[in-house]
Amino acid sequence: MKVKVISRSTEEFTRERSQDLQRVFRNFDPNIRTQEKAVEYVRALNAAKLEKIFARPFVGAMDGHIDAVSCMAKNPNHLKGIFSGSMDGDIRLWDIASRRTVCKFPGHQGAVKGVAASTDGRILVSCGTDCIVRLWNVPSSSVMESNDSSDKSVQVPLEEYVWKNAFWAVDHQWDGDRFATAGAGVHIWNHNKFCFNPVILLCSDKVLLWLSHDNMPLIYRSAPEKTFEWGTDTVISVRFNPGQPNVLATSATDRSIVLYDLRMSSEVTKLIMRTRTNSIAWNPMEPINFTAAYHGSLINQANEDCNCYSYDARKLDEAKCVHKDHVSAVMDIDYSPTGREFVTGSYDRTVRIFPYNGGHSREIYHTKRMQRVFCIKFSCDATYVISGSDDANLRLWKAKASEQLGVLLPREQKRHNYHEALKNRYKHLPEVKRIVRHRHLPKPIFKAAALRRTVMEAVRRKEERRKAHSAPGSVTTKPLRKRRIIKVEE
Amino acid sequence: MEEISEEIDIKVKKYLRGEGANLEVLQDKKLKGQLAVREELYGKSAKAAAKAEKWLMPSEGGYLEAEGIEKTWRIRQEAISREVDISSSRNQFDITLPDLGPYTMDFTSSGRYMTFGGRKGHLGIVDMKNMDLIKEIQVRETVRDVVFLHNELFFAAAQKNYPYIYNRDGTELHCLKEHGAVLRLQFLKNHFLLASINKSGQLHYQDVTMGQMVGNHRTGLGRTDVMRVNPFNGVVALGHSLGTVSMWKPTSSAPLLKVLCHRGPISALAFHPNGHLMATAGKEKKIKIWDLRKLDYELQNIPGHANTLDFSQKGLLACGTRSSVQILGDLSGAQNYSRYMNHSMVKGYQIGKVVFRPYEDVLAIGHSMGWSSILIPGSGEPNFDSWVANPFETSKQRREKEVRSLLDKLPPETIMLDPTKIGTVRPAKKKEKPTKQEREAEMEAAIEDAKDIDFKRKTKGRNKPSKRVKKMQETVAKAKRPFLEQNMEEEELLARKKQKTSEVVELPVSLQRFAKKKTLT
Repeated sequence: MKVKVISRSTEEFTRERSQDLQRVFRNFDPNIRTQEKAVEYVRALNAAKLEKIFARPFVGAMDGHIDAVSCMAKNPNHLKGIFSGSMDGDIRLWDIASRRTVCKFPGHQGAVKGVAASTDGRILVSCGTDCIVRLWNVPSSSVMESNDSSDKSVQVPLEEYVWKNAFWAVDHQWDGDRFATAGAGVHIWNHNKFCFNPVILLCSDKVLLWLSHDNMPLIYRSAPEKTFEWGTDTVISVRFNPGQPNVLATSATDRSIVLYDLRMSSEVTKLIMRTRTNSIAWNPMEPINFTAAYHGSLINQANEDCNCYSYDARKLDEAKCVHKDHVSAVMDIDYSPTGREFVTGSYDRTVRIFPYNGGHSREIYHTKRMQRVFCIKFSCDATYVISGSDDANLRLWKAKASEQLGVLLPREQKRHNYHEALKNRYKHLPEVKRIVRHRHLPKPIFKAAALRRTVMEAVRRKEERRKAHSAPGSVTTKPLRKRRIIKVEE
Repeated sequence: MEEISEEIDIKVKKYLRGEGANLEVLQDKKLKGQLAVREELYGKSAKAAAKAEKWLMPSEGGYLEAEGIEKTWRIRQEAISREVDISSSRNQFDITLPDLGPYTMDFTSSGRYMTFGGRKGHLGIVDMKNMDLIKEIQVRETVRDVVFLHNELFFAAAQKNYPYIYNRDGTELHCLKEHGAVLRLQFLKNHFLLASINKSGQLHYQDVTMGQMVGNHRTGLGRTDVMRVNPFNGVVALGHSLGTVSMWKPTSSAPLLKVLCHRGPISALAFHPNGHLMATAGKEKKIKIWDLRKLDYELQNIPGHANTLDFSQKGLLACGTRSSVQILGDLSGAQNYSRYMNHSMVKGYQIGKVVFRPYEDVLAIGHSMGWSSILIPGSGEPNFDSWVANPFETSKQRREKEVRSLLDKLPPETIMLDPTKIGTVRPAKKKEKPTKQEREAEMEAAIEDAKDIDFKRKTKGRNKPSKRVKKMQETVAKAKRPFLEQNMEEEELLARKKQKTSEVVELPVSLQRFAKKKTLT
């Protein structure tokens, strides 16, 4: 007969020395594990609860401005710094890690309406209601880091361009020398081209003489390279395309979104909507798509949409996606560098994070002290969100509220990944869904959202009854993606 | 090469844990794409697990093959011990303790520690690896059953009046008075529930982490000492003297299932670890194998006596009767159990309990003169998983495992006949109402529970019999009320529906709001 019995020798299954790791043996056979699904479900429930326990998104506030923060700018090459401009003309460069001002750029008399950083991050462009565009030199990062003490350096503007009308926004090309300002029309400027000429030209009032530091008279191009003027309404926001440096999108007070190409003399496409667009952001990973933040009318908030619409720039007659959830006008919008989500700041005092293709927000941030959010930026490593609001503070939030920051051990990283996978797997079950979905909303927003829901529901019901009572096919409902577009002009 | 890939294919099926989802019926393209990616990942992980099983496992299983005209069931233990190495032959022994009564025992899930209990009160814990007696105590009372709790530090003994919980050092930790005089104890590992059946046929479930009584049910089927927990789904099965097997869960007072298995009383019950097979033995000398998914008829009917039954990790069935043990095995894989091995002890030794030792090819036999251990090649799982049960556990690992298993403790509501339903989505609109029969059963069970409540005896002339009867009637009516209210609601709904359906058919859709309603709401 042939016989064999299980025999295990202790040496093979235990460690030799106490400084060795313990030996681990795996057998993936499902028969030795009982009730795996129930255990996994309990773990998913616990993971959802832990996520809520560790959800502490607010990192800190950066205070220093004395009036509302109206605009912000970031440069992708410098992670730690962010520029902010306020309604009293104060522009500051902040160090996000220490939440302190590194550098001040005083000079504007009125509100600063737009700030933009150049491609290499050395030059800052700012424009304001005092009809002046200023260029500043940004101190190098070594200077920034050595500034541990509280003294902030004050900068003098490098250049100033005076114009006839107030400016509303500015944006710099992602990869180039040009920047565009929005005001009465769209002007394209080039900050690198200047000529050294000892002769003072007085041929037109568009040329200014500016003395450089060593008193050499220089003539700078103080005129925009190009001007796009179309219609009589002011242009309120402008954005360059990250992928194609010559394409830019603007929005105007005549409820239109216009796409321009710098190589052409006029606009490419014009899209007229029902409501005004406050801000536009291009998706950095898919530069064909952009998202526009809509203004609702203040009088009838429930009826007007406070949504964001994502478009494909090649096909503007239908929105790709409608992002609903805000209850008041959306003031600013910014994409994450991953291109998978974007953050919006709205007039209803909240900040929401949306997935790029999802209709509803995945996260909402609010504080009692944060008033109307005027500008918002996603940090360049996709970890933080910076919001500038009416209460003169910039606030730093985590993009993922329950994320553990800092260097993680590989074990911790694996556990976080496991918890994410568990929540993803069981997120459709009612108990897990209830916990994951739960967010505390401030009462006014909760009530406003409920009101919107009832009004929308009533409108929908009326529409249905109209359909039911009329001849089949005579009443058609337009899909929401098309409803807000009036017409598209080429 | 082809044979290897075929082998791996069979194993892959096991690791896939069922069929994949049918993606053709989906209309949502995004969801379809996401699910297709997931299914592919499952396939890959199943393949990786199958390959790991084939190539990376440290130990191989045992086997016993007869040569020539030899039959495996004629091979005796002495012959086996001669062929096998020394450390394995140490697993074959007889411990004679004639004074202290028939012994019963239990192993921890890793198979390393064993607790024994003699009828005359001899309790103890043994470390089976080193054959080390960790502690023994004499409680001087009848001990009917012993069971380990979640690890070797705690064990429960069903003594004469109540079950007690002891520490590894022999200190008595708890006396569970609510259970009463317990005949059998079972521990549900994933739920941390101690289940007991007592002399009056009451089933108690107690959560050993927080100490609360989760379930307390009167079975109504009389005294029984055949109780077994199905490790696959946590359901407790009781075998009764009328030949029925009833299955219970802690959250309902009526049994989940009642099966008429035998003509005579049930003498033993065992569950296969994969959860599909149940073996029952009746006093009319029959052993039947049932498939739990289809209980209409038994799979197999084996003539033979069995006082005790146990399934091993690999599916071998041990039947112990009087003084011999018969081991049946499913040798062909077609769920057909046939004789594998036999072991008879000295006449006079009455076998009380047979237990297979997990992760070893050993069968422990508890009998009236002590206990023995014999070698059964091919009965244990050769490869253990350190995260599930580790026979070489250090104290640090044990502590960590205890904390982790407490975090994963399942709530008692997860005990159900088909545990794979957890995590699936029920069809949203149709509410699963219990059928009328089930509701009636629940109502009757609730009434019986209500009648059981003991009232405080009032003094000073307030204890009139008429008042006592009134109070009893009130509690019974209270227990009945929710069921009666439910019945009334349903009748009302039905009546309303009938009226509505007669109106609705005549008018077109847009005019239905003007339909005459006879009942004003």
